[in-house]
Amino acid sequence: MLAQHKIVEVNNLVKHYGTFCALHSVSFDVYAGDIFGFLGPNGAGKSTTIRTILSLIQPTSGSINLFGKPLHSNRNEVLSKIGCIVEKPDFYKYLSAEKNLEIFARISGVTLSKTKIHELIDFVGLKGRERDKVAGFSHGMKQRLGIAQTLLNDPELILLDEPTTGLDPQGIIDIRNLIVQLKTERNKTIILSSHILSEIELIANRMIIINKGKTVVQGNVADLLNSQELVVMFTVNDVALAKQVLSTSSFANTIDTDTQSSLLLHTSNESIPHINKLLCDNNIQVTAIETKRKLEDYFLKLISA
Amino acid sequence: MFWKSTYNELIKIAYKPRSYIGIGGITLIIGIVLFAMKLEGKYYISLITGQLEQSVSFEGNILNGNLIGFIILQMLIVHVPLLIAFVTGDLISGEADMGTIRLLLTKPISRNSILFSKFLASCVYTAVVVLWLALMAVLLGRMLFGGGDLIVLKSDGLTILQQHDIVWRFVYGFAMAFLSLVTVATLALTLSCFSENSIGPIVSTMGIILLFTIVGTLDVPLFDTIRPFMFTTHMAAWRCFFDDPIDTSQILKSTLILLTHIGVLLGIATYKFNRKDILS
Repeated sequence: MLAQHKIVEVNNLVKHYGTFCALHSVSFDVYAGDIFGFLGPNGAGKSTTIRTILSLIQPTSGSINLFGKPLHSNRNEVLSKIGCIVEKPDFYKYLSAEKNLEIFARISGVTLSKTKIHELIDFVGLKGRERDKVAGFSHGMKQRLGIAQTLLNDPELILLDEPTTGLDPQGIIDIRNLIVQLKTERNKTIILSSHILSEIELIANRMIIINKGKTVVQGNVADLLNSQELVVMFTVNDVALAKQVLSTSSFANTIDTDTQSSLLLHTSNESIPHINKLLCDNNIQVTAIETKRKLEDYFLKLISA
Repeated sequence: MFWKSTYNELIKIAYKPRSYIGIGGITLIIGIVLFAMKLEGKYYISLITGQLEQSVSFEGNILNGNLIGFIILQMLIVHVPLLIAFVTGDLISGEADMGTIRLLLTKPISRNSILFSKFLASCVYTAVVVLWLALMAVLLGRMLFGGGDLIVLKSDGLTILQQHDIVWRFVYGFAMAFLSLVTVATLALTLSCFSENSIGPIVSTMGIILLFTIVGTLDVPLFDTIRPFMFTTHMAAWRCFFDDPIDTSQILKSTLILLTHIGVLLGIATYKFNRKDILS
């Protein structure tokens, strides 16, 4: 059990922009040690929620408690325990990476030696680029520098708003690994907002899905996924025979033909070995079994509902 | 935290290339004026004194560093506000434009501290520009043209100030010019709170100065009531220090009006900046 005490408590958060309601009573909790996934399609209200937690946006109503204290009356105290990247990691382009970190360290209320700043730059893989101007950095390098910046005050909570947006596949993997490192090596609590579902599925232990400013579902990632019926793809040498055999069994609820050599079965985790055995007993060669129940399917199902 | 933030703002100004455009511009313009005066200064002075020579006899070094400093100050005080607005109008909107405001406002420092540290930094920058203007115009002028009495030509007559009576007038004159320019800097900073791009506040500041200047010069009775309260009317108050005797009540009135403008503008900026949702 990772959860110990609540780090973030968001209660009935509402935000109106004129007549447009961006958030309708969003509530969730984040516990110490969580990697908390914040999922939703574009325009769902993820950034609005993150920005409200960081006091960049004033809520119309609702409350936010961070580290057990109300944000509005303890802003500076609670923000001193938070590190964040909000959307793009933007820095002063005319300053070096090192100078940028010095500037943000100074107003984070910490005094860091050059050695410490260089250590952070090394940690995010930018060794040797300390004195280069940020203007010459790629998006991926800025994202890494952004993560170094979040660690300046050794925060308890890190908020990452779409940290992999605009990165190439290698950049996405690198940032994902860095996030996992933050959790495992530095014991940070992380709120990760993303519309990249695989990212959340791979690294988050708890999550919330919001759509059109409303909470769709929230809870433990594994529990939420396990509550859903599994879709399994069986690749076989005789699809027609396999379909016939399985239609007489009780292991699969629905049987669809995906391609000429594969079947899609709506079933449960426990039924997979039984189905495999049944097919083999009927001299049907099974060459591949692939579970298709992914967060993406779950997400799309919830959003479309 | 306020002083750390102010230090940060000064570093940003110092490293930003646009900060040197103003100083470079002043250096270039003064260099050209000094060069032209060295070549054709006597002809220029004869144009001014020629019409008075029937009634007054001029002796000594009229084309001196003090006169050059006075002429340059008079010429540049119209252009320096643009150079000041160019930097101070960018202090908040530039951060919004660059995206750094998101990071800046998530740090454990109040928005008031950030705003006032930016205001203080803009005052320091204005002071540096005014000091540079003074050094280039008066000191370099005196080095190149020597000292001497200052002839101040006005619409209603001529004032001759003796050499030993001039330095303090320049000091106070530049101090008054500094106050005028801080008013411009505060206007640009305030407009910067309303904008998400760098150009808007700079153009708006110059637009307001231009509008107020036009209103100030138009001889329309309707404007007579508002003219004394417009900051542009008092931006030339530095010239009062070159009157003899000095109209202290006018100087005090101008100082009060400029300080009131600064206070009101800072109040508006504080109100807006504290309520601003950061959506960029």
